[in-house]
Amino acid sequence: MQGGLHLPPSSPWKRALSLPFSALQVFVRKLRKAYGKSEWSTVERLKDNKPSYKLDHIVKERYPTFIDALRDLDDALSMCFLFSTFPRTGKCHVQIIQLCRRLSVEFLNYVIASRSLRKVFLSIKGIYYQAEVLGQPITWITPYAFAHDHPTDVDYRVMATFTEFYTTLLGFVNFRLYHSLNLLYPPKIEGQSEVELKPTEGEAYAMDSESYLEKLSALSASLARVVAPTPEDDVEMDEFPVEGETAEQMDARKKEQEVLEKQKKLFEGLRFFLNREVPREPLAFIIRCFGGQVSWDKSLCIGATYDVSDPSITHQIVDRPRLEQQVVGRYYLQPQWVFDSVNAKLCLPVADYFPGVLLPPHLSPFVTEQEGDYIPPEKLKLLAMQRGENAGEESEEEEEEEEEDDNDDDDEEEEEEEDDSEKEEETKLKKMEEQKTQSKALPVKVTAGKVRLEDKQRLEQEQQSEEKRLAIMMMKKREKYLYKKIMFGKKRKVREANKLAEKRKAHDTAIKEEKKKNKKARRA
Amino acid sequence: SAGSRSPPRPGAPARPQQPLSVPWPAGRVDCPSLSCPAFVSPSGTQGCICVELCVLHHPHAAFLSTLPQDIRNTVGNIPMEWYQDFPHIGYDLEGKKIYKPIRNKDELDKFLEKMENPDYWRTVQDKMTGADIKLTDEQVDLVHRLQKGQFGDVHFDPYEPAIDFFSHEVMIHPVTNRPADKRSFIPSLIEKEKVSKLVHAIKMGWIKPRKPKEDTPTYYDLWAHEDPNSILGRHKMHVPAPKMKLPGHEESYNPPPEYLPSEEEKLAWEQQEPAERKLNFVPRQYRCLRAVPAYSRFIHERFERCLDLYLCPRQRKMRVNVDPEDLIPKLPKPRDLQPFPTTQALVYRGHSSLVRCLSICPGGQWLVSGSDDCTVRFWEVSTARCMKTLPLAGVVKSISWNPNPTICLVAIAVEQSVLLVNPSLGDKLLYGATDQLLESYVAPEEERVQPVQWVAATTEEHGKGIRLVVQHSRPVKQVTWHGKGDYFASVLADNSNMQVLIHQTSKRWSQNPFRKSKGLVQCVLFHPIRPYFFVATQRYVRVYNLLKQELTKKLMTNCKWVSSMAIHPGGDNIICGSYDSKLAWFDLDLSTRPYQLLRHHKKALRSVAFHKHYPLFASGSDDGSVIVCHGMVYNDLLQNPLLVPVKVLKGHALTWDLGVLDVLFHPTQPWVFSSGADGTVRLFT
Repeated sequence: MQGGLHLPPSSPWKRALSLPFSALQVFVRKLRKAYGKSEWSTVERLKDNKPSYKLDHIVKERYPTFIDALRDLDDALSMCFLFSTFPRTGKCHVQIIQLCRRLSVEFLNYVIASRSLRKVFLSIKGIYYQAEVLGQPITWITPYAFAHDHPTDVDYRVMATFTEFYTTLLGFVNFRLYHSLNLLYPPKIEGQSEVELKPTEGEAYAMDSESYLEKLSALSASLARVVAPTPEDDVEMDEFPVEGETAEQMDARKKEQEVLEKQKKLFEGLRFFLNREVPREPLAFIIRCFGGQVSWDKSLCIGATYDVSDPSITHQIVDRPRLEQQVVGRYYLQPQWVFDSVNAKLCLPVADYFPGVLLPPHLSPFVTEQEGDYIPPEKLKLLAMQRGENAGEESEEEEEEEEEDDNDDDDEEEEEEEDDSEKEEETKLKKMEEQKTQSKALPVKVTAGKVRLEDKQRLEQEQQSEEKRLAIMMMKKREKYLYKKIMFGKKRKVREANKLAEKRKAHDTAIKEEKKKNKKARRA
Repeated sequence: SAGSRSPPRPGAPARPQQPLSVPWPAGRVDCPSLSCPAFVSPSGTQGCICVELCVLHHPHAAFLSTLPQDIRNTVGNIPMEWYQDFPHIGYDLEGKKIYKPIRNKDELDKFLEKMENPDYWRTVQDKMTGADIKLTDEQVDLVHRLQKGQFGDVHFDPYEPAIDFFSHEVMIHPVTNRPADKRSFIPSLIEKEKVSKLVHAIKMGWIKPRKPKEDTPTYYDLWAHEDPNSILGRHKMHVPAPKMKLPGHEESYNPPPEYLPSEEEKLAWEQQEPAERKLNFVPRQYRCLRAVPAYSRFIHERFERCLDLYLCPRQRKMRVNVDPEDLIPKLPKPRDLQPFPTTQALVYRGHSSLVRCLSICPGGQWLVSGSDDCTVRFWEVSTARCMKTLPLAGVVKSISWNPNPTICLVAIAVEQSVLLVNPSLGDKLLYGATDQLLESYVAPEEERVQPVQWVAATTEEHGKGIRLVVQHSRPVKQVTWHGKGDYFASVLADNSNMQVLIHQTSKRWSQNPFRKSKGLVQCVLFHPIRPYFFVATQRYVRVYNLLKQELTKKLMTNCKWVSSMAIHPGGDNIICGSYDSKLAWFDLDLSTRPYQLLRHHKKALRSVAFHKHYPLFASGSDDGSVIVCHGMVYNDLLQNPLLVPVKVLKGHALTWDLGVLDVLFHPTQPWVFSSGADGTVRLFT
């Protein structure tokens, strides 16, 4: 039965939904009865008069303030993006899929208009995006554009129920967001009002309503505003020092703000062209989010603004091993360059991303390494670049890498030393004792004593660690348990980091050896 | 026949079913026999008959009129062979014989006629009359058409469009001839009832007209009037769903090489339960974005998230977010608590088996140790020189130097006896005085009943230094002196009430203080100042007042099995070591339960000791270590004692799973002696 709500009776969702929906329950009961009696005309009549309901009040109840709704938007977005990729037949109602598509496209357009995208990540599961809307980080994932192999052990009715709620939520959120930017809602494409969205070439592209959504989802045109923005709009905000904030913090905040502003204008002035083999929608979305202009082949999608042959194109995104014809005056790059540049908050050097080149690893922007965590060398390099240190030529880079590696090794050793300090001490004690006992042994002999250089630091350290151990002995049982647990966790972390570093080192040496071999072979 | 080939047609001219409609001549005419050789139907006799019939029945059979006279045979439809032998062929209408025409033509005549007569090919003989008939052009035409299998009628069109007259659409003929029912003329009652029901339902509002469907949801500013106070009660405690974990480097489509799993890791991942896996996917590397396939479990993951959202109960969990350094108690630094022994200074070697017990003279110059190799050795503390070796009859269980500095006497527990030995070390006056003191004993007149026997040493034993032998009935476990040096107590390995005996040396007098056994006594101790006596059984320490002869206190040790006990020189604090590796500190003024239980050692504690002057105590354990702790007792009653471990001393090698068997402090210096199972005694300074 399609009309019913399919949630177990114990769920809070059910409780929230069922109370005002007695009419729906009655409807379900009647429908079931009619089905049971095989009264098809009654079934038809009942279905025609299915009681409709609204979820507005539930959204309001669950999210009393707008910020609450924004905080919980992650799942709603992910679900809507997933449902909008479903085929229009089968699994669920077409209307829901269309609505999901509409709402997700509207949200994307909002993110473009507000330039609030911060991070993107190409994972093996899909593409992660993180936008910052009104100070709230909102992360969502979209699957890669392939047909879904619909699993059989998934209850789509549960997902559909969630989606119903999420679409309501997302609709209201979109409305509010559009109005916060003075944009029209439902969105209108700027400058399109005169043409009135009619097919210009005379041939009907699609139904009017559909072609409107298509044009919107092409993400190539900016949206119409209620009030035209005036250039004087960007009035500099007065800065008020927050109480209890030191000058350093202020500076840090200012710097952050500057970086953010810079990131927002990352692709400003650049003109991109997307080849047909790269995923159009994510790339168009990202490039537009950072102020770039983007176009694609006219036959690929509606909304292309310029052609391949346009000489003003600065970057062309390609994803094939080699290109036959290359136009001078533009970079041919792999799509990862766009993603990495966005995450690095600066336009990365293009040399690593030429077509057919072995790409540098794509790192997750969501990882913030704490002290003691393993940091991949690529990230270190990137951090250095962000600080403004020039990596210089490639040979130097390599050297640097090596140095970095060495440094890493040292760190590890130190860590290991700390771990093993107890054992070392024991062995030392044993040695000392042995020495003493030997000296006490009967054939008395006086050997020239060696001047033992006492490492003061070392001694100090030992003393401190011993003090610590003695203090640990005096801990209460419960605290000792907790302490041991924490220390175990820390040690495990260190172990994992060491393992990763080791793996990396092995990999690097293997690659170096291969290179050497190749060189030798070439020379020979 | 022609009728069966074409669909039946009403009014068709060649219908064989309606022969009556054709005007026939009055008489009956026999069909002319078609014996002409050119006239053989391909379909055999049937065709022949057919042609005959057709020719006969043809409405325009004009040949009848071409006959010269009306000679019709009346024999009917019989085989004409019957008239073969007769001159006639039948009878005419008047009953006269019709004679066969004279046929006297031979073959030659026939041939000539064939050659001469141009109409020979169209001449046929009428079998009935035997006359020759010449076929007209029309008849020949007809014959030709029939030969070709065409319809006889020139004007008949077999491919005319069919006109329906009986099908599911057209039925010009009724199937049955049944007259219509009456009910087909009057209105139906049932229908009327149904309609009235519907009308009633509509009137009552039970059936509603179809609602216009509104597909597009309308949105408005839902949060126009935000009022945080209007939150419903059940949402005030709302726990927002935790967000999903953000992806790490390993989830990238092109991760750094160190995040890719090796073959073993992959195998291990596959063998793990899905719930146990740390990652729910295997990291993989793709050359370029084009090569990345769809993730097959995407819908699963969203679905599982849905299930989590509405099936998992949410709960606020207080995560312990403490810095582990904060957990470590702030103790005074050991450096500030000096002096205490820190390093191993001397090793006293000589015993060949484990050294069970140690004792030191009150002056601190001499050390005595008893061992399982059945010897007692006297050492000079400062040089580690063995001054004297005293071989004995059995294993030395316990040894104790008289704490009175004016008496030089050592009590040694060997098997069933306690030996009082004068080591004859140090000041000659001193040990001479001791000998004199012992010899000055005058036996009382009346023999008293004693639990033990006091025997003076034999001369041989006297030469070794043994002065007195106190013979017990059972093996002696422990011997300990009272602070004044006159009394000493011994513990017997027995289960009866005679486990503890108190002896007076000067009077050579022993007594059994307890009437009843309260458990297996582990060790006993005299209070240094007051007349108290401590008896440690397996789990309790009982404090007796010797003067009043009563039990004053019973201390619960919270341990499984007490091994040793020591008392603070102030007399208000006791430490108990136990075999379950705990050390209990009792403050007698505070409570009968331990003030603190220290679990410093990893293995069973064998002995504990207090320093006489310094605030130090030490414990020796089976794990081979001696832990020296600072144990400050304040005179202020309000301040609890301060216990700080200051040093872990290691040196003894483990032998037979035994480490340190006895610890002992130097009486004046902050030095500690330890005796181990490895047959050595060590001095830490």
